[in-house]
Amino acid sequence: MRVALFVPCYVDQFYPKVAIATLKLLQHLGVQVEYPMQQTCCGQPMANGGYEHLTGSCNSNFIKAFAGYDYIVSPSGSCVLHVKDHLHDERQEAAATTIRQRVYELCEFLTDVVQVKAIKASFPKKVALHQGCHGQRGLKLASSSETVLPFFSKPVQLLQMVEGLELVELDRPDECCGFGGTFCVTEEAVSSAMGLSRIDDYTKHEATVITGTDVSCLMHQEGLIRRQQLPFEVMHISEVLVAGL
Amino acid sequence: MNTPTIPHPEAAATFLKNKERVQWHDETLWFVRHKRDKIVQEIPEWEQLRELASQIKDHTLSRLDEYLQEFEAAAISNGVTVHWAADAAEHNRIVHGIMQKHGAQKIVKSKSMLTEECHLNEYLEAQGIEVVDTDLGERIVQLNKELPSHIVLPAIHIKKEEVGEIFHQHLGTPKGASDPLYLALAARAHLREKFLAADIAITGVNFAVAETGAIVVCTNEGNADLGAHLAKVHIACMGIEKLIPRTEHLSIFLRLLARNATGQNITAYSSHFRKPVPGSEMHIVIVDNGRTTQLGREAFRNSLKCIRCGACLNTCPVYRRSGGHSYHNATAGPIGAILAPNLDMRKNADLPFASTLCGSCTDVCPVKIDIHNQLYQWRQVLTQEGYMPAAKTASMKIMAGVLSSPARYSFAGKWARRFLRWFPSLALNKKLNPWARQRELPEPPKESFREWYKKNGNK
Repeated sequence: MRVALFVPCYVDQFYPKVAIATLKLLQHLGVQVEYPMQQTCCGQPMANGGYEHLTGSCNSNFIKAFAGYDYIVSPSGSCVLHVKDHLHDERQEAAATTIRQRVYELCEFLTDVVQVKAIKASFPKKVALHQGCHGQRGLKLASSSETVLPFFSKPVQLLQMVEGLELVELDRPDECCGFGGTFCVTEEAVSSAMGLSRIDDYTKHEATVITGTDVSCLMHQEGLIRRQQLPFEVMHISEVLVAGL
Repeated sequence: MNTPTIPHPEAAATFLKNKERVQWHDETLWFVRHKRDKIVQEIPEWEQLRELASQIKDHTLSRLDEYLQEFEAAAISNGVTVHWAADAAEHNRIVHGIMQKHGAQKIVKSKSMLTEECHLNEYLEAQGIEVVDTDLGERIVQLNKELPSHIVLPAIHIKKEEVGEIFHQHLGTPKGASDPLYLALAARAHLREKFLAADIAITGVNFAVAETGAIVVCTNEGNADLGAHLAKVHIACMGIEKLIPRTEHLSIFLRLLARNATGQNITAYSSHFRKPVPGSEMHIVIVDNGRTTQLGREAFRNSLKCIRCGACLNTCPVYRRSGGHSYHNATAGPIGAILAPNLDMRKNADLPFASTLCGSCTDVCPVKIDIHNQLYQWRQVLTQEGYMPAAKTASMKIMAGVLSSPARYSFAGKWARRFLRWFPSLALNKKLNPWARQRELPEPPKESFREWYKKNGNK
């Protein structure tokens, strides 16, 4: 089984620790994983900004980097969803289709492909989970509160395996944090207000750690938390799942 | 009310300045959404109902021409006068023509988003005709010389104390009175006079049944019934997309509408109008106003399935924090943001960007409109049609160039991190960098992951 690690551009540049934790977690669970050096970005920043027509060379670069792997795994639901929904290339559409079918967000890869039953991590803290919308509603990593379906959550399933970890219940378990790619800059006022509401929910339920399946949502919330000098630790779910290993 | 269009981000930022109002606006609408969640969870077959409703609407849209003709023939045989309007101006002229024929000066109107879309009130008032909105929320915003900010809860942005002040000024209630029951009773007494004096009643249409030529109007206040029964002439205004094929299909939509809108089992009044009472007249104005254009746009066609429950507004975290007026369109929120560019791309190019594409609107929609996908598609169309600022296009081109080459990307990444470390004050300049107004930037690490991986990766 050849597994490629897809590290989104901003994670590579600003949150290498998340990529390292993801690598460590996968290796700990017996998955041999490679990082293709050719990779850059999935093209989502342009596409969501209305410039999907400029993503052609990003797409062909992505296909070059990831063709031939059995699975492509990434610690970012949003980037994975973008690849799944929008990776196309006229000159190599077959390869693009294969990649779209083989790309996984980290949690769903662990629950659905690796079918992890136990993780040895230990993290005795009160944790709030922010399930990024693109992962939750787009990739269906968890049921959404709008629909009438039995509850499920792949990230929760994994977090429940961590010794000592207490997951707090939030008033609005799947409310968007307001990051939204270019939205966080073009609609700065609404974006920040949405993030601050999220943080109020964590405060109200006395969480000390915020975790999530998307580094972009966490980057935005961490930015607000640091500006307000609030005493929360912000960690990607991969960092929580390798705690104490 | 003909104010210049303020782009959504600016209008939203202004709305957000009043923190207390925003918090209350957000919490009130979230309360409605939560009430909706509780009641739909009581219907185990909810998801099947949504699917069925979606399929009925898809089918109807695929044969809209046939169903419109069937509806018209049935309505005419019921003794109803049917009018066709290509656009808002024609709709307004038709309504005015009926009034002139009857020498009508006083009109009562129940809720109708179509007449808002056509700016009927402004048109008629300019002709010297008094139009009174009879839905309580609509009447409040009308007295305050505003437009509705929500399709189901038109005055949701106004607090009860402010309603007290508006009523004090216009209805003569005592200053400072803010008890909701007292104010509702004052409005009721005021509206009764208007109902009794009206020459003509205008209503909207929630559903138009092709096989019978009947229309159904749903209200919680019974104001549509009171208006239509008291006046000698009833004019019902409907968009061409309001059709459903058969009466039996109503059972699906009436179960979905109020539950999804407000968390009620059903609206208090679901009134069926089929033929005029002897001695009175009933008119139906069937309006296109851009709908056939939308029908012809494959990516946006299914937005015409909308039954105007307003749930996508209630659930939208952007709408809850920016208020309906920031959308500068009769229909606000996510559904408005996919309908408005169809009417005017230039004026509404900002609206598809007033979303994080979180997808909650799509999941809450009772007729399964893929709202967030259409927002994404509109962004592409608006860019291709040249409605984006040149500076944005230039920066996106640079970004695409950097991100398509591993070498350029690594080089740019390294220098961006160095820049942030060397000139944090420049990067944190709140004017240059909107990110930094309320947020810190990530702390740039010395080493990217790829640099780390080269040294440590395959050990």
